[in-house]
Amino acid sequence: MDLTSINPVLLVASLMVAATPILLAAIGELVVEKAGVLNLGVEGMMIIGAVSGFAIAVETGSPLLGFIAAAVGGALLSLLFVFLTQVALANQVASGLALTLFGLGFSALIGQSYVGIRPPATGQLNIPFLSELDVVGPILFSHDLVLYLSIAIVAAVWYMLKFTRAGLILRAVGENHDAAHALGYKVVRIRIMAIMFGGACAGLGGAYISLVRVPQWTEGMTAGIGWIALALVVFASWKPWRVLLGAYLFGGVTVVQLNLQAAGVAIPVEYLAMSPYLITIIVLVILSKDKSSAPASLGRIFHASH
Amino acid sequence: MIMLEKRPQPSRVWSMATPLVAVLATMFFGGLLFMVLGKNPVEAIKTIFYEPLFGEFAFYYRPQLLVKGAPLVLIAIGLSLGFKAGIWNIGAEGQYIVGALVGAGVGLAFYPLEAWYVFPLMVIGGAFGGWAWAMIPALLKVRFGTNEILVSLMLVYVAEQFLASMSLGLMKNPDGFGFPGSRNLNDYASANSWISQDTGMHWGVVAAFIAVIFSYILLNRHMLGFHIRLTGEAPRAAKFAGVNPKRLVVFVLGMSGALAGLAGLFEVAGPSGQISLNFNVGYGFTAIIVAFLGRLHPVGILLAGGLMALTYIGGEIAQSNLGLPASAIQVFQGMLLFFLLAVDILTNYRLRLSAGKVA
Repeated sequence: MDLTSINPVLLVASLMVAATPILLAAIGELVVEKAGVLNLGVEGMMIIGAVSGFAIAVETGSPLLGFIAAAVGGALLSLLFVFLTQVALANQVASGLALTLFGLGFSALIGQSYVGIRPPATGQLNIPFLSELDVVGPILFSHDLVLYLSIAIVAAVWYMLKFTRAGLILRAVGENHDAAHALGYKVVRIRIMAIMFGGACAGLGGAYISLVRVPQWTEGMTAGIGWIALALVVFASWKPWRVLLGAYLFGGVTVVQLNLQAAGVAIPVEYLAMSPYLITIIVLVILSKDKSSAPASLGRIFHASH
Repeated sequence: MIMLEKRPQPSRVWSMATPLVAVLATMFFGGLLFMVLGKNPVEAIKTIFYEPLFGEFAFYYRPQLLVKGAPLVLIAIGLSLGFKAGIWNIGAEGQYIVGALVGAGVGLAFYPLEAWYVFPLMVIGGAFGGWAWAMIPALLKVRFGTNEILVSLMLVYVAEQFLASMSLGLMKNPDGFGFPGSRNLNDYASANSWISQDTGMHWGVVAAFIAVIFSYILLNRHMLGFHIRLTGEAPRAAKFAGVNPKRLVVFVLGMSGALAGLAGLFEVAGPSGQISLNFNVGYGFTAIIVAFLGRLHPVGILLAGGLMALTYIGGEIAQSNLGLPASAIQVFQGMLLFFLLAVDILTNYRLRLSAGKVA
């Protein structure tokens, strides 16, 4: 065992990379849940994003087009959820599961000809002076653009929910859809937009795994990250900056356990690999006593005839 | 403009008809998907649904129907109890794995002793393993209000790591030339769940039928079953009727965990034979589709389990005969749940044509 081989600066830089898929998926789901919809299909939308982003990036040679395709792919899959829950008024838990099961199968089908290929490299920021700084350089100034975008999305969501009229309407729809409807807001239309935003974010997160983090395509490669993102929204108490904090904590756990595996710690690999899931459960337990901040209409079906 | 009007009571006719409509819609759109993949859609659908039952090699495939159907039905029966009460155990895959691990562990501990009591002890071990694994989300929900969906699902990934650790370490076959995986329980007569390998009969099939009957009686003739249904349909009324929601959570999750654990035990002691890295094949997730397709009704689940087993077997035939990719059948199964949920609106709502006035 050689713990000195772990470099703290690189550790922080790589935890940010490990956290970005969770962060993107979770901030999207936060908006969806703020609108009063519980979409358990995050895992499915992520894996569809992962495969469509990968396929388009390989075909066109452009990671940028890949990420755009991933967002579109995630949003398109979320339309299935829209149809089930907003048009056919189906149970949201079951519909989310359907989305995940369908997404996992469909992604495997699209992706079978892309196994074992390397995608084009996603460009990293390289600012002449700043990126070469000792500690700050690798942590703050030498990532890819999507990582910065994910933080920008968190800031934008926070601003929108807290300071804009659109955010207020979104929250009203999530807190009490009947009252929002009575005030003349288009509950279903607002929810559809929120769900599609969530789908696009999950798609981006998925593509970040297949294009930057790993980077290659394997079946079922999201390995529960979509579900961890769902848990993250709960223990962030539906607050955007706490989602960021939580995602980075998780990225930290993942990276530390990978580093411990590499350093040859005397704990078996399987037990280290369990740790992100176990820690998710533990944090859920600690923080789930406070349910007061959950949107009041979360998961309830809205039909204007009531 | 088409309007939706809520029915005063769910339609019984549509409640029976929606699974059929969903299956037909899945066949149609599945056929389109196969066409896009460059296969003859009629032939593909025929291969999946007809070939295993009445084709040339049906004598070989029919027993498979029992082998694949039994774990699906066993797990889905357990899940349906929870789904009816609005308690979502979606970690059956993990309970299935842990049941198999504990059950096989009991069996392997007795090896090579031949005695009548080895297999019954393994069955108890399997049920206990699944039950204990499901107790984690159950107790956390009761004690701390933690979401059972997320906890039970996280535990699937933990169980998969346990499985890997066991098949590479503690349970590895000492005579296995270093290959991962345990001893094959099919070579250990006392720890074998086969009744007749030629017909596909094993104790898991028997257990599945018993579970169907048990669950039917529980839901229709027993107070606890009434409480389960009441909690799902009217939680407030259930409270006034004196239902203890915590006890219900513990019972329902424990029951579904035990059944999933049993399914895992019968699988490892029979069709699969050993604990290995790829022991679990997703029955725990497919069983969710089975439970919904069977309308959460015991008899419906039995039929749905059979149908889903058919798609597994037919899918394998289509894979070897037509070169249909393995994932196509997974999409097909996913579509089924999708159409089922979509068509289900007709059970609770009526479609009305009306002049587009403001609601």
